[in-house]
Amino acid sequence: MSKKILEIRWHGRGGQGAKTAALLFGDAALSSGKNIQAFPEYGPERMGAPVASFNRLSDDPITLHCSITNPKIVVVLDPTLMGKVDVIAGLPEDGSIIVNTKETPATVRANLKLKGAKVYTIDASGISKEAIGRDIPNTPMLGALVKVSGFLDFTQMLKDTEVKLSKKFKGKPEIINGNIEAIKKAYAEVAGE
Amino acid sequence: MAIIARTGNEAMAEAMRQINPDVVAAYPITPATEVVMIFASFVADGLVSTEYIPVESEHSAMSACVGASAAGGRVMTATSSQGLALMYEILPIASALRLPIIISEVNRALSGPINIHCDHSDTMAARDFGWIQIFSEDAQEAYDNVLQCLKIAEKVKLPAMATTDGFIISHCMSKIETLEDDEVKKFVGEYSPTLPLLDIKEPKTFGLLDLQDYYFEHKMPVVEAMKEAKKVILEVGKEFGEKYGREYGFFEKYRLDDAEVAIVALGSTAGTAKVVVDDLRDKGVKAGLLKLRVFRPFPAEELAEVLAPLKAVAIMDRSDSYNTQGGPLYTEIRSALFDLAKKPKLINYIYGLGGRDIGLEEINSIYTDLASAEKLAAVNYLGVRE
Amino acid sequence: MSKKLGWKELPFGDSIKAGTAEQFETGDWRSLKPIWYADRCIHCMRCWINCPDSSIEVKDGKMTGIDLKHCKGCGICAFECPVKKPGKAITMEAER
Repeated sequence: MSKKILEIRWHGRGGQGAKTAALLFGDAALSSGKNIQAFPEYGPERMGAPVASFNRLSDDPITLHCSITNPKIVVVLDPTLMGKVDVIAGLPEDGSIIVNTKETPATVRANLKLKGAKVYTIDASGISKEAIGRDIPNTPMLGALVKVSGFLDFTQMLKDTEVKLSKKFKGKPEIINGNIEAIKKAYAEVAGE
Repeated sequence: MAIIARTGNEAMAEAMRQINPDVVAAYPITPATEVVMIFASFVADGLVSTEYIPVESEHSAMSACVGASAAGGRVMTATSSQGLALMYEILPIASALRLPIIISEVNRALSGPINIHCDHSDTMAARDFGWIQIFSEDAQEAYDNVLQCLKIAEKVKLPAMATTDGFIISHCMSKIETLEDDEVKKFVGEYSPTLPLLDIKEPKTFGLLDLQDYYFEHKMPVVEAMKEAKKVILEVGKEFGEKYGREYGFFEKYRLDDAEVAIVALGSTAGTAKVVVDDLRDKGVKAGLLKLRVFRPFPAEELAEVLAPLKAVAIMDRSDSYNTQGGPLYTEIRSALFDLAKKPKLINYIYGLGGRDIGLEEINSIYTDLASAEKLAAVNYLGVRE
Repeated sequence: MSKKLGWKELPFGDSIKAGTAEQFETGDWRSLKPIWYADRCIHCMRCWINCPDSSIEVKDGKMTGIDLKHCKGCGICAFECPVKKPGKAITMEAER
């Protein structure tokens, strides 16, 4: 049902920015004229605990207000969650999972014992440390997600993100530029099988 | 007009900012906390000229609202669940005093057990206090309904609550279209209170002691104002549609006109049901949906008229009345249909208590049930484990 | 008794013009009556401050008497009166 809606699930740890990533991605999609939803796993947030957040994106208005159980794309911000959280729950045969890790897609697939679906990896933490100086994997993961989903125009998305970051980090060009570089790098380097 | 991404809470806070009420007295509570938090930041940033009163409880919040509204101010607050419950004592005082106070209410289960998630038990328990109650499907409607509630309330001089579903909508960011500040200003207009207490040239007493001889008479104007509200809700909904392209009535009919079976639901569930209806229509099933928007005043005649031709209707209640006869929406619709010569088979589903997810499969199963509605029990508890 | 109003005749919204307590003659409730001795009174206004029925009559800063239409005979004025010699400026006597 509702095949025209792209559903995404983000896995992270409380405080790591899984909710913010979903909001940022939703906002970027909105700027490209899409209809969007972005919401956290409802409930109290606890620093460090496994949390999830979600996106729905569509060209048409979205009236679905239930939880997302079969996401087309799963994004894992923290590789240490794998094995503790069932990150591939409900992932369909034609779905994709993107993991922030130094490992290869084949290794991740083997670890997850995943048959079907596509597995992508990107060292978003490494990219983030290099470009921003801190381990904030969610912005580079946005770049990887745009590539894998093919849902948004990358150039447009970069432009919107830059505008938004400029508002939030006025007078800190190194943060703005660092984030943009990180997104570009992740977009270019994300690899899958 | 601006197209922006906002959560339900942000949307309601935005409407409050644009209204720029004289007084907001509030005590934050999950999942409505953000409405209060965001509004407080508007006050701190000087974006509104509102006197913001951080009180020590919701009882005090509503009491302060009553005082400020009686004084002649335009007054709003926001709350949820136990917070609304703590206001219950003051709610009928607001309506008896004919004070057009607005609550941005985020629907949440009442404890116990302790639960912070969505159901309608808090709002439904406040249904008999003389407050107008308008439900929203999503953040857009939450925004639109806060604006309209204010205008309706001030016209009929009754308090009103615009409600939205806790977490499901309050914490879900989606695309909404907001009006320009100037447009909102024009739409809601200047507030002129009927009998402001601070009018020192005409001193008055508010909140009378009425015993057996006058209490009854003093309740009648509230009854009449509710009848008047039915007209005003339609007028304001029409005006909103003409000006901003989104018209509102008592309810939304979704593929209902030629339907044989239908669901009646409040709030966010109605949105999910639309997807099921579309799917069933593709398969040739004559399925429809009635999304009820206005619960108080209850549009009984109008509902009876549109539901009469159907074969079977499932009424979905996200709260129980514990009367052993079904949820509040079911019993009221059943009563609304009582005098019809030909009426549909009515089935009640109590669902989603304490935030239990209601998805496409569950809603689909209800439409399947409706095909053989005669065999079903009148009241059903959807998906509860035995 | 005057005719009771119907709901359509009521003033708006559970409110009424202020000061209507004056029309309610609570003097009927009294079983003890205050007696004021003008010659003993020092016009300290303690009775005026404490009277729950605003029944102490005052003109130009001086006490002038007691409004017996509204005085309920609670005796607070007599209790609060500070005058000692030759006796309190207000005393309570049984109504008869």
